[in-house]
Amino acid sequence: MSRRARILALHGGLLAVLFAAQFVLPAYHHGNLARIMVLASYALGYNLLFGYTGLLSLGHALFFAAGMYGMALSMQHLEAAPAPALLAGLAAGIAVSALLGLLALRTAGVAFMIVTLMFAQAGHLTILYFGEWTRGDEGFVIAATRRVLWGIDLADPVSRYFAAWGLFAVCLLSTLWLVRRPFGKVLIAIRENEERVRMLGYDPFLHKLGALVVSGTMSAAAGAVYGLLFGYAGATFASVQYSIFPLLWVLLGGAGTVLGPFVGTLFMFYLIDLASGVTTAYMLIAGVVLVALTLFAPQGLMGEVRRRLWGWLP
Amino acid sequence: MSLLCTEGLSKHFAGLSAVAEVDFDLPEGQVRALIGPNGAGKTTLVGMICGRLRADAGRVVFDGRDVTGMAAHRRIRRGMAYTFQITSVFGRLPVHENVALAARRRLAGPQVDAAVREALDRVGLTEDPDRPAGDLSYGHQRLLELAMGLVQAPRLLILDEPTQGLSDSEIARFTGLVRALAGQVTVLLIEHNMHVVMQVADAVTVMNQGAILAEGTPAEIHDNPAVQAAYLGTN
Ligand SMILES: Nc1ncnc2c1ncn2[C@@H]1O[C@H](COP(=O)(O)OP(=O)(O)O)[C@@H](O)[C@H]1O
Ligand SMILES: [Mg+2]
Repeated sequence: MSRRARILALHGGLLAVLFAAQFVLPAYHHGNLARIMVLASYALGYNLLFGYTGLLSLGHALFFAAGMYGMALSMQHLEAAPAPALLAGLAAGIAVSALLGLLALRTAGVAFMIVTLMFAQAGHLTILYFGEWTRGDEGFVIAATRRVLWGIDLADPVSRYFAAWGLFAVCLLSTLWLVRRPFGKVLIAIRENEERVRMLGYDPFLHKLGALVVSGTMSAAAGAVYGLLFGYAGATFASVQYSIFPLLWVLLGGAGTVLGPFVGTLFMFYLIDLASGVTTAYMLIAGVVLVALTLFAPQGLMGEVRRRLWGWLP
Repeated sequence: MSLLCTEGLSKHFAGLSAVAEVDFDLPEGQVRALIGPNGAGKTTLVGMICGRLRADAGRVVFDGRDVTGMAAHRRIRRGMAYTFQITSVFGRLPVHENVALAARRRLAGPQVDAAVREALDRVGLTEDPDRPAGDLSYGHQRLLELAMGLVQAPRLLILDEPTQGLSDSEIARFTGLVRALAGQVTVLLIEHNMHVVMQVADAVTVMNQGAILAEGTPAEIHDNPAVQAAYLGTN
């Protein structure tokens, strides 16, 4: 099989398995997997910036929340239908990530981490400050009766699963497409050696800005869909915790691999789920497993698979 | 017609004057060697020419246009190519991809592969193009740098000590390659190996302590007593 055929078979295969899992999974795991696919889409967005471009952001919750609140606020206060509300979420993601990029990309390394963290904190505080509209930490519920998109009831578990699958498929395939395009290859080169990229005649700033906007928009799409599918928007999703999650998922699954974000999100979700069934000190078990993984698989699960087995993994 | 010229170009590092008011002129199509003892300011001078370093004073004119304030990547797009003295390849990316990145700025689709193969052939890097560039020996990384420069089809090719770490046969190949470029590409070659300089250069510029000490044909420079005192004598 050619490299291209193998890549298509593997990634297409995962999507096919996830699609089919819908029909065999018990209700509990079925619900989990829908949630995991939306969160993995968020992780895919994060991975594009961190794993492929080499920029470590500590503020991606800002984009997730921009998408979620762009969607939810326009439904709540502007009586928008789900489709235009989702578009509003996307637009918020594009605007916020472009603005953040123009400001934060003047810095690099640790300064970039701090600047993104501070902007995300400012975003979180803004949501709390305008509690009259956002209901702050408490958040607000989007009634099931209003979550009907093109006649599809998104509160229904089956259609919710398909909607989550659809989002994940779009994010996975667009990542796969992007990192194999010349643009994506320049991003990888920036991660490896930015000065060399500049001296090959590419503008590193424009490429990083492009990566940040795509990454932020994908994260916002995940935030908007999450709010719509699960019928809730709250300030917790803008907190620093939600900036750290995608970093952990991506590190575990394998930064700079297309499948890593899904694998990491799935792994972490079930690790906490299983550990909490065994003991109340479940975070301790999760912590030990995470430490073991960073020791024995420092490149993440898919990173190890690429290193040991499949050198062709994109 | 000169492709490149500098006027009063200067650079200080914490009080040290690395390059001082250098006026330099390079006619189109020429192969120019830039020589001088270690620390003479050669790398700093070409750094200001290609935009890696900002000049403290003076101007750089490339192809009739003042590029002094222009960002490095935009100068490269205008036809300069620069190979690093301290090898700077993408170590974890395949050899092939290193050259392809350089090629894709001007080519697309199947043309990229063809250009990459040709550039690798020309420099004599015929080993497995799929291995990581970081696995190559130091000398072969120098050759890879050279291939990355060539594949850009530049108008001005700046080479900073390209033969450092090469074997005799690789140096011979390099010499032949630069000779083949003569007339088509303007080359600015920083080189310590006088044998190479004598073979490939149309003209030689000698730098010492941040200033131009002498300029002339290879033979003139070879016989210049001041140059011998400053440079050849210390070798
Ligand atoms: N980034 C730098 N910071 C401080 N001093 C530098 C720097 N780069 C070069 N120098 C100094 O400038 C002088 C010229 O260096 P360089 O241009 O590298 O010389 P050459 O390439 O001719 O050997 C040397 O004395 C060197 O130590
Ligand atoms: Mg030097």
